Amino acid sequence: MRRLVRFGQVLALPVVLLAVWWFASASSQSLYFPPLSRIVGVFPDTWVAGGGASRLVTDVLPSLARLAGGYAIAVALGIGAGLLIGSSPALRALTEPVLEIFRAIPPPAVVPLLVALAGIDNLMKVLVIVFGCVWPILLNTVAGVRAVDPVLADTARCYGITGPARVRRLVLRSASPQIVTGMRQALSLGIILMVISEMFAASNGLGFTVVQFQRTFSIPEMWTGIIVLGLLGVCLSVGFRFVERRVLGWYDGQRQAHRHE
Amino acid sequence: MTGRSRGAVLGLAGVAGFAVLLEAVPRLLRMPQDVLPPLSAIVSALAGEMGTADFWQAVADTLQQWALGLVIAVAAGVAAGVVIGSVAVLRRVTASTIEFLRPIPSVALVPLVVLLFGTQLGSALVLIVYAAFWQVLVQTLYGVGDVDPIAEQTARCYGFGRWARIRYVLWPTAQPYVATGVRLAASVALILAITAELVIGSPGLGQQIAAAQSGGATALAYGLILVTGLFGLVVNVGVRAVERRVLRWHVSVRGETAA
Repeated sequence: MRRLVRFGQVLALPVVLLAVWWFASASSQSLYFPPLSRIVGVFPDTWVAGGGASRLVTDVLPSLARLAGGYAIAVALGIGAGLLIGSSPALRALTEPVLEIFRAIPPPAVVPLLVALAGIDNLMKVLVIVFGCVWPILLNTVAGVRAVDPVLADTARCYGITGPARVRRLVLRSASPQIVTGMRQALSLGIILMVISEMFAASNGLGFTVVQFQRTFSIPEMWTGIIVLGLLGVCLSVGFRFVERRVLGWYDGQRQAHRHE
Repeated sequence: MTGRSRGAVLGLAGVAGFAVLLEAVPRLLRMPQDVLPPLSAIVSALAGEMGTADFWQAVADTLQQWALGLVIAVAAGVAAGVVIGSVAVLRRVTASTIEFLRPIPSVALVPLVVLLFGTQLGSALVLIVYAAFWQVLVQTLYGVGDVDPIAEQTARCYGFGRWARIRYVLWPTAQPYVATGVRLAASVALILAITAELVIGSPGLGQQIAAAQSGGATALAYGLILVTGLFGLVVNVGVRAVERRVLRWHVSVRGETAA
């Protein structure tokens, strides 16, 4: 019974909101706000019809591949450089102001420049995503590496744990909650940048397609694009949380144990 | 030398070294001016631009969109957060919807706002408010959830009304969280302001960058990017300073200044 109530609470508001949207727009004559039933109606034709030639394959997959590529490079670069900078106080003091300036540059600002440098191909979009995603990961890694528990560090030294083993078992481990925080910020930034780079200059991709629909006044199709983008954001964030729980399960457990002491 | 001043010296050295690199690398590699101009060319292009009214108009436009969007998002986020957070039923019923709406990238709304507002202020505002609102709301909800139940019950025992409990128990607890939300929202708002200018063509620095780039004024484009970076830096430092001032009574800040 209790479960049922909770289940109802999770579903109630979304169902009500969708119902309001459905019925309020049902007889809509507005060009820009078509009935939800029409949006749902054109959805399959717009995205999945046509098998290998459907927009899901020709637009969504390339977008996701660019996001994955750029994000992976940013994670590798950010953690690598963060480990390096975080373990040396002198290096940190030397680079901190420069990094702060770079982080402060709103990543969309460099899009026109990267278009000029790298064209409008995949390379440009991946570079845009890397440029935006690397800073939160890098700076959080630096902060995490800095905050390694000195007792643990001394213990590791006593046991002769040095070099790669030390990085893997001590530094990365204790910095991982911070690194994951940076990666989470970077992911939502990455989605934004993926879309912007495609809206600014592209020949395929989600952002390109959605703007194309808007320019040709295919309004119901445009709404399906907005919904696909929204679903994509939600799926990636749920997926991230799933991975985070597995990777950081030990940390949540530790925190809970501390709280109940 | 104390550790602090040594850090500052090293930091300055880092900035100076980076500036030298930006000047030397394009010259040594003989980069064409329209790919990677040396720093001196960037600075002189920027200095020339700073003499024009257009430049200051663009800065003012960006500032206006950013500030207005941020203020709306913070006001709405805090108000919604306090109301939802202090009513248990509301919190449970809205949780799933908030979790669903929050990760929707606000750039998904670009085509819609283009149709509705074109390049007017409304376009940028919708994007900024949508992106920044969730940051503030979620942090406010965390803050309200963190209220000490004993403090809350004590206030009830002493006959504090609903409003007084919000003012004297809930708000002080939530403040540090709200401050975090505002800090996150401030930088997200700037990103979306530049995005709107770049993609939609709302007036502002982002639009100037795109115009400079397509007009072949690469050095100026670099210079304007630098300006957005400085803008962002001022925002970050400014918000942190305000945060420290507003929260000077709070343990986290008091500990910081004592150390």
